[in-house]
Amino acid sequence: MMRFMLLFSRQGKLRLQKWYLATSDKEWKTMVVLAHKPKMCSFLEWRDLKVVCKRYASLYFCCAIEGQDNELITLELIHRYVELLDKYFGSTCELDIIFNFEKVSFILDEVLMGGDVQDTSGKSVLKAIKQADLLQEEVESPHSVLGEMGLA
Amino acid sequence: MPAVSKGDGMRGLAVFISDIRNCKSKEAEIKRINKELANIRSKFKGDKALDGYSKKKYVCKLLFIFLLGHDIDFGHMEAVNLLSSNKYTEKQIGYLFISVLVNSNSELIRLINNAIKNDLASRNPTFMCLALHCIANVGSREMGEAFAADIPRILVAGDSMDSVKQSAALCLLRLYKASPDLVPMGEWTARVVHLLNDQHMGVVTAAVSLITCLCKKNPDDFKTCISLAVSRLSRIVSSASTDLQDYTYYFVPAPWLSVKLLRLLQCYPPPEDAAVKGRLVECLETVLNKAQEPPKSKKVQHSNAKNAILFETISLIIHYDSEPNLLVRACNQLGQFLQHRETNLRYLALESMCTLASSEFSHEAVKTHIDTVINALKTERDVSVRQRAADLLYAMCDRSNAKQIVSEMLRYLETADYAIREEIVLKVAILAEKYAVDYSWYVDTILNLIRIAGDYVSEEVWYRVLQIVTNRDDVQGYAAKTVFEALQAPACHENMVKVGGYILGEFGNLIAGDPRSSPPVQFSLLHSKFHLCSVATRALLLSTYIKFINLFPETKATIQGVLRAGSQLRNADVELQQRAVEYLTLSSVASTDVLATVLEEMPPFPERESSILAKLKRKKGPGAASALDDGRRDVSSNDINGGVEPTPSTVSTPSPSADLLGLRAAPPPAASPAPASTRNLLVDVFSDGPAAQPSLGPTPEEAFLSELEPPAPESPMALLADPAPAADPGPEDIGPPIPEADELLNKFVCKNSGVLFENQLLQIGVKSEFRQNLGRMYLFYGNKTSVQFQNFSPMVVHPGELQTQLAVQTKRVAGQVDGGAQVQQVLNIECLRDFLTPPLLSVRFRYGGAPQSLTLKLPVTINKFFQPTEMAAQDFFQRWKQLSLPLQEAQKIFKANHPMDAEVTKAKLLGFGSALLDNVDPNPENFVGAGIIQTKALQVGCLLRLEPNAQAQMYRLTLRTSKEPVSRHLCELLAQQF
Repeated sequence: MMRFMLLFSRQGKLRLQKWYLATSDKEWKTMVVLAHKPKMCSFLEWRDLKVVCKRYASLYFCCAIEGQDNELITLELIHRYVELLDKYFGSTCELDIIFNFEKVSFILDEVLMGGDVQDTSGKSVLKAIKQADLLQEEVESPHSVLGEMGLA
Repeated sequence: MPAVSKGDGMRGLAVFISDIRNCKSKEAEIKRINKELANIRSKFKGDKALDGYSKKKYVCKLLFIFLLGHDIDFGHMEAVNLLSSNKYTEKQIGYLFISVLVNSNSELIRLINNAIKNDLASRNPTFMCLALHCIANVGSREMGEAFAADIPRILVAGDSMDSVKQSAALCLLRLYKASPDLVPMGEWTARVVHLLNDQHMGVVTAAVSLITCLCKKNPDDFKTCISLAVSRLSRIVSSASTDLQDYTYYFVPAPWLSVKLLRLLQCYPPPEDAAVKGRLVECLETVLNKAQEPPKSKKVQHSNAKNAILFETISLIIHYDSEPNLLVRACNQLGQFLQHRETNLRYLALESMCTLASSEFSHEAVKTHIDTVINALKTERDVSVRQRAADLLYAMCDRSNAKQIVSEMLRYLETADYAIREEIVLKVAILAEKYAVDYSWYVDTILNLIRIAGDYVSEEVWYRVLQIVTNRDDVQGYAAKTVFEALQAPACHENMVKVGGYILGEFGNLIAGDPRSSPPVQFSLLHSKFHLCSVATRALLLSTYIKFINLFPETKATIQGVLRAGSQLRNADVELQQRAVEYLTLSSVASTDVLATVLEEMPPFPERESSILAKLKRKKGPGAASALDDGRRDVSSNDINGGVEPTPSTVSTPSPSADLLGLRAAPPPAASPAPASTRNLLVDVFSDGPAAQPSLGPTPEEAFLSELEPPAPESPMALLADPAPAADPGPEDIGPPIPEADELLNKFVCKNSGVLFENQLLQIGVKSEFRQNLGRMYLFYGNKTSVQFQNFSPMVVHPGELQTQLAVQTKRVAGQVDGGAQVQQVLNIECLRDFLTPPLLSVRFRYGGAPQSLTLKLPVTINKFFQPTEMAAQDFFQRWKQLSLPLQEAQKIFKANHPMDAEVTKAKLLGFGSALLDNVDPNPENFVGAGIIQTKALQVGCLLRLEPNAQAQMYRLTLRTSKEPVSRHLCELLAQQF
C-alpha cells in the first residue's frame, strides 16, 4: 500500500500531497529535503518505508510504499500518472499543476484510491476525467468577468 | 494571467494563485493570504447568500492556501453545502475539501454522512464514485460505522458499473484495514473471490488488493482464491503483448495486476493441488525465461514493468523456499542484475539477494557472487546501493568467508559515508564475534574498528570486547599485548584508551615480563593519554591505576603520587575527586592481601544476548539480526564454562565476640572505597539495554562491602584456586533436612539476613542480596566451641529437577575452623526458571573426632527474585482481569498466627518482594501488591491481595500470576508469614 505521494519543485515547494495514512506534519519536511541526482538510484529507505523518487523536469514525484511493496512497479505508476497529466493538459509543465491543483488531485484519485492502484488503463482514467469535464460544461453558466476580478 | 487554467476555469482562483506567485517575499505572501482569508470569511459570513459557483471558488482558494502550508479552520460548512449540489464540479470540490480537511465536529459528520448516503443511493456512477472516494480518503471509524455494511452490497451487486465496483473494492479495503470489526463477513466474500474472474481488468486490479488483505487476515476462508489467481496469472503471462489492449503497458501485459496476483499468492504456501502447482511453476518459469529474451522496446518503462514482475516472481519463489531449481535460477538472474547498467536494478538485485542468502537452497549460490558484491561496495557511486551491498555481505557471511568479508567491510569503513558507519561497525563487530575461530583475530578486528572509526564504535561494541576478553583466558595475554601496541600510536581514539585501560588493568601482568612493556612503561603509556581524555575515561583510568598498584607493587609510589596530585585530589569533577581520594586511601590503608582481594580480576560475565546484536535489532527492526542468534550462542556459552571464577570467599576471624556472624549492617565508611559510579561504569557492561539496570553481578563494589569487613590475616589468593567440585554429591549422600528446616526457612521468606541455624557447636548466619534473577548469599559458619572443627565441608545440593531451575555456584571453604572462629562462604545464585523447592545445604565436619552432619534448607525461595512493580489502580485491575483463568489464581483463608499489625504486615509484604500499591483497593484495610518474578528463562507477573479481618482474626490471601504453580507456591509461602 502506498502511504503517501508528494509532488514538489526543485526548490522544495509542495505542489501536491496525498496522504493515505495519517502521519504527523513534521515528517514530510524531512522528506522534502531529499536531494536526488538523476543518475542515482530511485529508491531510498526512510524509516520503515521505501521511498520511490523520480524527477520530471522541474518536479519531483515521491511515493512512500511499505516494506513488501514493489519498487519498480511504483516507479512506473508515477510514470503512468505523469503520462495521464501530459495527455490531459497536453504537454504538462509545472504551471499546469500549480493552477490546476484540484484537477491534478482528481486525476490521481482515478489512478490510486486509499493507497492502492485502482485502474492503470490510461483510457479509462482519461475517460472518467473527460466525462466529468463534460458534465460541468453542460451545467456551467457564464459568469461576469468583472464581478470575478472585483472579488479577487 | 497565464491561460493555463483548464476546464471549469475559476478565474478568481487563477488570479489569486498568480498573485501569490508574484509575491517577492514570504511576508508579502502571508499578507496576501491573510487578505484573502479575511475576504473569504466576510463572504461566508455575509448576508448575501452565495451561489454554488462562488462557494466552490472560495473553498478552492482555501484548499490552495492549505496546500501552501497554512492552517484552515473554517469553510467546512460551505464545503458540506457543496456536497449536495447537483453540479458535478461543485460536488467534487466539496468532497475534496472534506477529504483533505477532515473535521471531527459531530454535526458536520452527520451532514457529510447524509450527503454521502444520498450519493451512494443516487445510482449515478460518477456521484457514487465521488462518495466512495471520500469514504476511503477519510477512512475514519465513524465513516466505517455508517457505511461498512452498504459497500459490500454495492461491490457485488450485479448492476453496479465497473468503475463503481473498482471504487467500492478499494473503499472497502480501506475500511477493513482501519476497523476490520466493522466490516461484516458474509455471503459477499465468496462473490468477491470470483471478481478474480471478472472480464474488466480494472475491476480485477482493484479487487485483488482487497482479496489479498482479506486472505492475510482469514487465510482459510479464502483458499479458493489460489487457483483463481493462478489461472488469471497464467492467462496474463502467456498472453501476447497486445492482447490486453489498454492494460498493456509498454508491451508488458498488465504489469500491475501481475504484481498484485503474485503478492496475493505470497499469502499462502505453495498450492497443494498438483495441477494448480504445475501451472504456477510454469508461470514462474515463463517469467524467468522472458527475462532472457531480447526486450521488445528500448524504453526504460518496458524493462521496468517487465522487471517489476520478475522481482515479484522471485519474491514468491523465495517465499515458497521449496523449489531448489527455481531458487538457483532466481539467484542467477539476480547475479546478472548485479552488473546491470541500471542503478535501480543493481540496488534491487542486492536487496533481493539478501533474502535469498538465508535460504539453504540458495545460500551457496549467493556466495558465488561475493566478488561482485565486494566490488559494488567499493565502486558504487550511490550510497543507498553501497548500503545494500554491505547488507548482502552481512547476509552471505559464514565461517568460510568471514575473514574476507570482515576485512573488506573494514576497508570500506575507512571511506564509508557517515550515515552508515555506525551500522557497519555493528555488523563487523557481530560477524567478527560470530565467526571468530581464534579470538586473537576477533580482538584484532575490534581494535581495527576502533582505530578506523572510533567515533562510531558505540559503547555496546567496546563493552562486548571486554566481556569476551574477560571470559576467555586464552586471549587475555594477546589482548594485553595488542592494546599495548595500539596505544603506542601517537594519536589514538579515546575508545582505544578505554579498552586499553581496562584490559591492561586486568591483564597487564601477562605482558609485564617483557621489559618493553614493563609495569612502569605500561603506566606511563596510559598516563600519557590521561589528560586528553573525557571525565568518564579518566575515571576508568583511575580504576586501572589502582588495579596496577595491586598487580605491580613497584608502581605504587608513582601512582600514589599521581593520585595525590592536586589535579586529582581537588579535581572539580566530583567523581574523579572521589575516586582519587578513595583509591589513595585504599592503597595506603589496606594490606596487600586486602588490596589483592578488593582489586581481584573481574569474574566472567554472565552470558546474555549480545548487546551489539540487540542494538542492531533496535536499529533495523526485529528480524534483522535473528539469523545470527543461533551461531553466536554456542560460541559464547563456552565462555562462561571456560572462564575462571575468581571471587574469593573465605576469611576467618578469631573473634571471641558473642556475635559471631558479623551481621553488622555496613562497614565503616572510610574502608569502603566504593564510588557510586564505579558501578555504573562497570555494570553497564552487563546490561543489554541502554538503561543500565543495577545487577548483582560481582562488581568491585559488592566485593568491597563484603571482603573488607573482617581484616584477613591469611592470603586470600591461595583460596582462589578451586571452585566447588562440579558434580555435587547426589541427594542420597546427604541426610534428610532436619525437622526444623521448614520452619527455619519460613523465617527467611520475608527477610534476607539473620541466623539460619544454631546449636551448641555451630552457628550459621545468612546475609543475601537479590537483584533481577541473580543473587548472592553469604553464609557465615561460626565455631562456638574452643576446639577446631576438622574436615569442615558445607555443600549445596539441588535435589531433582531443581538443577535446571536454579544455578548455585559455591566456593569450597577451608577444611578447618578454629575454635571461636568464623568462616564465610559466598554463593552466587542464578534463577533459571521458576522453582518450588529450595536447595539443600549440607554441612559436615568432625568435632573432637566425632563426625557431625546437618542438612538445612537454603533460604532461597522464588519470591527472592521479585522485582516490585508500581502501577496505577486502573492498570492493576486490568491485569487482574487478564489473569482470570481458574488456575492462575490461588487463594487461602487462614487464621492469624501473629498480632494483626498493619505496619508489620506492610513490612512483611515489602520484604516478600512485591510493591505495595496504595489507593488501589477501595478498602483501605486491604493490601495490594504487584511484582515480577525474574528468572533467566521467563518472567512471571504476580498480583496479590491480602484482606485482613481483624474481628475474626483471619486473613484472606489471593495471588494471581501468569504461571499456575507459582500462584500456589507464593500463596503458601506468604500465608505462613502472618
